[in-house]
Amino acid sequence: MSDILLTPAEAQALWLSLKIGFAGALLSLPFGLLVAWLLSRKDFPGKFALDLIVHLPLVMPPVVTGYLLLLTFGSRGLLGEWMQETLGLTIAFNWKGAALAAAIMGFPLLVRALRLSFDAVDRKLEQAARTLGATQWDVFRSVTLPLIMPGLLTGLLLAFARGLGEFGATITFVANIPGETQTLPIALYSALQSPGGEIRALRLLVLSVALAIGALAASEIFAARMRRRIFGAGTERTT
Amino acid sequence: MNTTLSVEIKRQIENFTLDVAFNAPPGVTGIIGRSGAGKTMTLQAIAGLSRPESARITLGSDIFTDTGRNIFVGPEKRHIGYVFQEARLFPHVTVADNLDYGLARRGPDTPIPREEVIGLLGLRHLLDRRPHGLSGGEAQRVAIGRALLSAPRLLLMDEPLANLDIARRREVMPFLEALHEKLHLPIIFVSHNMEEVVRLADRVVVFDGGRVTAKGDMAEVLNRVDVQNLILGESGDDGLGTILNARVESHDDAENLTELAGNGFNLFVQRLPQPAGASVRLRLRARDVTIATAVPHGLSVQNVIEGNIEALEEAGKGQVDVSIRTREGETLLHALVTGRAARLLNLETGMPVWGLIKTVAIAGSASENRMTDLDR
Repeated sequence: MSDILLTPAEAQALWLSLKIGFAGALLSLPFGLLVAWLLSRKDFPGKFALDLIVHLPLVMPPVVTGYLLLLTFGSRGLLGEWMQETLGLTIAFNWKGAALAAAIMGFPLLVRALRLSFDAVDRKLEQAARTLGATQWDVFRSVTLPLIMPGLLTGLLLAFARGLGEFGATITFVANIPGETQTLPIALYSALQSPGGEIRALRLLVLSVALAIGALAASEIFAARMRRRIFGAGTERTT
Repeated sequence: MNTTLSVEIKRQIENFTLDVAFNAPPGVTGIIGRSGAGKTMTLQAIAGLSRPESARITLGSDIFTDTGRNIFVGPEKRHIGYVFQEARLFPHVTVADNLDYGLARRGPDTPIPREEVIGLLGLRHLLDRRPHGLSGGEAQRVAIGRALLSAPRLLLMDEPLANLDIARRREVMPFLEALHEKLHLPIIFVSHNMEEVVRLADRVVVFDGGRVTAKGDMAEVLNRVDVQNLILGESGDDGLGTILNARVESHDDAENLTELAGNGFNLFVQRLPQPAGASVRLRLRARDVTIATAVPHGLSVQNVIEGNIEALEEAGKGQVDVSIRTREGETLLHALVTGRAARLLNLETGMPVWGLIKTVAIAGSASENRMTDLDR
């Protein structure tokens, strides 16, 4: 019986992972939309550099990203000190820091998905909307955004999943504090490090796999349903 | 109230130069020309979807674009209804929401009320549907309705029928004709199809290679041989013809005939639905006009127009275009004969001839089944 139920420690790690994953994905969404839109629609000096920077977390060792975050947002870091003094906000060594790490690690995935979606939106529809009296912002809200929704969901899920499984940057930036920054993968790593922790590790492994499959399936079903609603699936009619 | 659209555009894109100027008063102005002549580019500039280097575009006293004074009004503020070649319906909302997109943003002052637009375009049964389930003709009708409901002061139509097959075209065409009757706005109708322009346009602007080569009254411009060669060049020389205005003189129900009277000619055609006195547009293809140099006898052809040869012009492929000025009135007819026939008959300018007319197409009436599709 107790073998099937989650232990309080496991439940805590699961809850933390979910919270950090969600927060990270949501945090990166507005920036992701802006950057993806710029990369898809605008030509400007420094576009190549921006594209490069966005993709850095994907190719850099996560430890490097974590260390950079620590240097920037740590209590002695440039931004960290300022945030603490003016906003009273500390993010190093707590779950908010872990969420930031998750957001940054998931950012390239989100931007890629959003950029592809923006590229796929027929610009002619946006032109038509302009001639019908919509301002640029109105067109974005009423035409572009609904049309990229399937891609936006996919991107959010990718970012969420990336945040869920984030390890290197998180452990470097916010360490391994049970109940504060100890997410599922970090708990798994801890279990492996402690003698006799194999069973604990195995349980966490099963939990992680189940979570990943569940999230992926949910997003696929949701995105497919949304695509069908927008673009139709051959015979489907709404009469 | 002066609501004439006035357009002057100069634009250089790579090695294509667009340099056009024309006016469009209320009524239908057809822009005709081959593909790549700059027609769509011009509409985009009028709508404010592009910014030419040099342009002055005004509607009545409103300035839309004036590069000289650095004025550029955004497309959403121009109140221009734009019907594109593709319907461009928003796929994520219903037909009703598509129709209301412009209505919601531009207020209720549409030239035709919503209910009437829905009725006129036959959209009522489609309102709850989504665009992906619509046929091409249905989608294009929705697009026309959506443009009409955006309270336009000017309507731009960029080959709205080009992507439709002939059957769908026949379905949409009467709606366009009805609009012409109902709307008192400048309507720009772009097409490379002579037939559509003849049916809809009051005036014509001819584009060629980014320039305006002719403009003015529809029949006058389209009866010019150079204009016909330009437009019909792609579809073969058999399209040369004459556009004539006539009115219904009388009906002969026993013979199932209608007599039409024009400026210096009378013609009999199959019974038309229009009442006596109604005006109709006729299209006579040049290859359907046979020339006789003496008063013809014993022919099954009933329609004979008497006149004098005004000009003989090479029309390519060894054929000669003969312009015949009717003896009375000011009508000019085109007949296409082979070079050999022209030589054997000793055709020369000033010579009296009789034009035998085999078929007449009636444009702008319900008898569109007699129209010949000239589009490619």
